[in-house]
Amino acid sequence: MRLSQLEVGETGIVKEFTDLEMSVKLMEMGCLPGEEVRIERVAPLGDPIAINVAGYQLSLRKREAYTIVLQ
Amino acid sequence: MKADIRVALVGNPNTGKSTLFNVLTGLNQKIGNFPGVTVDKKVGYTTLPDGRTAEIIDLPGTYSIYPKSQDESIVFSVLADRHNAHTPDLVVVILDASNLKRNLLLYSQVADLKIPVVVALNMMDMAKKADIDIDVNLFAKKLGVPVVPISARKNEGTAALKNAISFANKFAFQEDSIDVNTIAPELVEAIGRELNIDNPYLALQLAHQHETLKFLTPEQSDRIEDLEKEFSFNSQKAQGAETIARYAFINDLLYDTVKKPVTAQGETHSNKIDKILTHKFFGFVIFFAILMFIFQAIFSWSSYPMELIGDAFVWVQDSLHHTLPPGPLTSLLVDGIIAGLSGVMVFIPQIAILFAFISILEDTGYMSRVTFMMDKLMRKVGLNGKSVVPLIGGFACAVPSIMGTRTIENWKDRMITIMVTPLVTCSARLPIYTLLIALVVPNRNVWWVFNMQGLALTGMYVFSLISAIVVAWVFKFILKGKERGYFIMELPVYRMPRWNNVIFSMYDRSKAFVFQAGKVIIAISIILWVLASYGPGDRFAKIDQKFSKPQYTQHMTPDSLSRTISSAKLENSYAGVLGHAIEPVIRPLGFDWKIGIALITSFAAREVFVGTMATIYSVNGSAEKMQSVYEKMKEAKNPDTGQPVFTLAVAFSLMMFYAFAMQCASTVAIVFRETKNWRWPVIQFAYMTVLAYAASFIAYVVLK
Repeated sequence: MRLSQLEVGETGIVKEFTDLEMSVKLMEMGCLPGEEVRIERVAPLGDPIAINVAGYQLSLRKREAYTIVLQ
Repeated sequence: MKADIRVALVGNPNTGKSTLFNVLTGLNQKIGNFPGVTVDKKVGYTTLPDGRTAEIIDLPGTYSIYPKSQDESIVFSVLADRHNAHTPDLVVVILDASNLKRNLLLYSQVADLKIPVVVALNMMDMAKKADIDIDVNLFAKKLGVPVVPISARKNEGTAALKNAISFANKFAFQEDSIDVNTIAPELVEAIGRELNIDNPYLALQLAHQHETLKFLTPEQSDRIEDLEKEFSFNSQKAQGAETIARYAFINDLLYDTVKKPVTAQGETHSNKIDKILTHKFFGFVIFFAILMFIFQAIFSWSSYPMELIGDAFVWVQDSLHHTLPPGPLTSLLVDGIIAGLSGVMVFIPQIAILFAFISILEDTGYMSRVTFMMDKLMRKVGLNGKSVVPLIGGFACAVPSIMGTRTIENWKDRMITIMVTPLVTCSARLPIYTLLIALVVPNRNVWWVFNMQGLALTGMYVFSLISAIVVAWVFKFILKGKERGYFIMELPVYRMPRWNNVIFSMYDRSKAFVFQAGKVIIAISIILWVLASYGPGDRFAKIDQKFSKPQYTQHMTPDSLSRTISSAKLENSYAGVLGHAIEPVIRPLGFDWKIGIALITSFAAREVFVGTMATIYSVNGSAEKMQSVYEKMKEAKNPDTGQPVFTLAVAFSLMMFYAFAMQCASTVAIVFRETKNWRWPVIQFAYMTVLAYAASFIAYVVLK
């Protein structure tokens, strides 16, 4: 299951990343394995999305969310 | 100003770092440049309780010392360079108490560089509201550094912070956060040995960032590169391992120092606002309504102060003309330098208003929602959600908008945004469009409600946006991006704007504009003045001789005589000669030598057009006397054919030229300043001139 496949309001726990470069950037922002993430909303045109992670809101493109594998 | 201690302010974006900087330094701050980079260096001074003066450097907000944008790369290079005039003695790391976990990553990196650190725990009030309970004493003990709870917004705790700064140690006593030697032990050891660095984390960072660091010699950088190959160092993998280790340290640290409510709340307030402001339909409606309001404000609120500034300069010019002895020096000062200065100064109100709005939109957190909503649309044409802000700002003025592109991390996205922003119809084009449209488009209504002149003007605005988007799309294929584009961005909680920051931003940007662009504008206006006031050989003397004959002096009023003389002189000045020289080139566009002069002078700034037209058609006064310029241009006849000069084809051809041509010295200067490479302004100037010529030619041929 990938983060990009979750619906608004659903939660998941980060397991691993498929892309090294993205993983470095995401982990810096507090989105790392073991963290709970929740989809908060989707932009009006369907992309990017906003997630709640580590107590704040982070926006990322669906393509980037696809590199996050959930448990 | 001489300082006894140098303090660097470091923190995540949206933590109130600028607010703290403003609170600490007040108006006692200045903007300079870090040597060799474009990033503004904000420095201020504050007096400590013990009477010493502290210099405070406000470093750009960043989530980590691994840089993602140009602004961010300055943070590590300032902290790491230990043999430099800017090296801080102490770092104040500002942490958002309501979001400690992510904030502590940067702290732990900075702390490991073993520079003395003081922690300012900001937004304690917000944390309390969210029921986050922080054991500050235990927290400070575990970190091994002084921790001062503050609320920068309410100016609470800043006295205690100054106290902590004055009592700060000369040596770093903070606890180690992670064991750096587990990441790349041999490489760290080798770099430490060869470059004589005893801090393992600094050595590791040099391995990561040596390519962009200015203080390393090429030999040192090459040596590090060789060592990396020798120990097969993978920068990204090492960074990933480090980040995981740091978060393990942070989780451990927060385990017994911070108590949070089990169910996350506190965000609901912000979430409710987001439901409306990023709504599928209303999100865009609200966004466009805000835009319309900002445009209106930029035009209507600035018109009065702009008039005042313009009048003040006219008054200064007048009185100087009367008090100073006539002669070339006076003329250079008054008609060259001061006239050029007034051209810069009148734009201050628009720039200040634009930046007030941009700073309010950023401060409240709305701007990041705009980029969130627009990203998909902008990405299709090679731009980025964050490009929306400069493009909108371009309707007022390209100069501050190009300064605003620094927030775009991706190099390619930022360059494309800089390249297309000057295409958007800026306020300097407005007087030209209104004048030319009034000349050739009938003031009539079509379909009952739409005024034809208004439609033509709206058409020019829409056309400019379309051309910016098309050109961006073309650049998307030409420019080769070094890095992959991404859009990982914090959406900060909505807050009320801090009016102090808004005022500081207006002041900062206007000042930067006046000093940076002002120099170029003055230089160019001096050159233009020389070109328009002197002619080759004895042409001017012959004109004076000719008009001193009785058939002129007796049959013409002194007023009309002096106007005739000055227009004859203009035709024979270097500018006039230049106009004649380029006439063959611009003839296919339908322009004569007089328009040629206006085109040349307009390369300093577009708004010069109306003034030049006024001089050429020998009307006294400038843009204020629009009506008379309008009448003269309407009456202007082609001496060969007897037909009016300004036909529909010529007027639209001219408008097309002004729509595309890079006729703005300030923009050229700012593009150079922001890219620090002459290549970009040259490419921009070239492509815009080519487009201007082509569009102008097509318009003339089609409408003729």
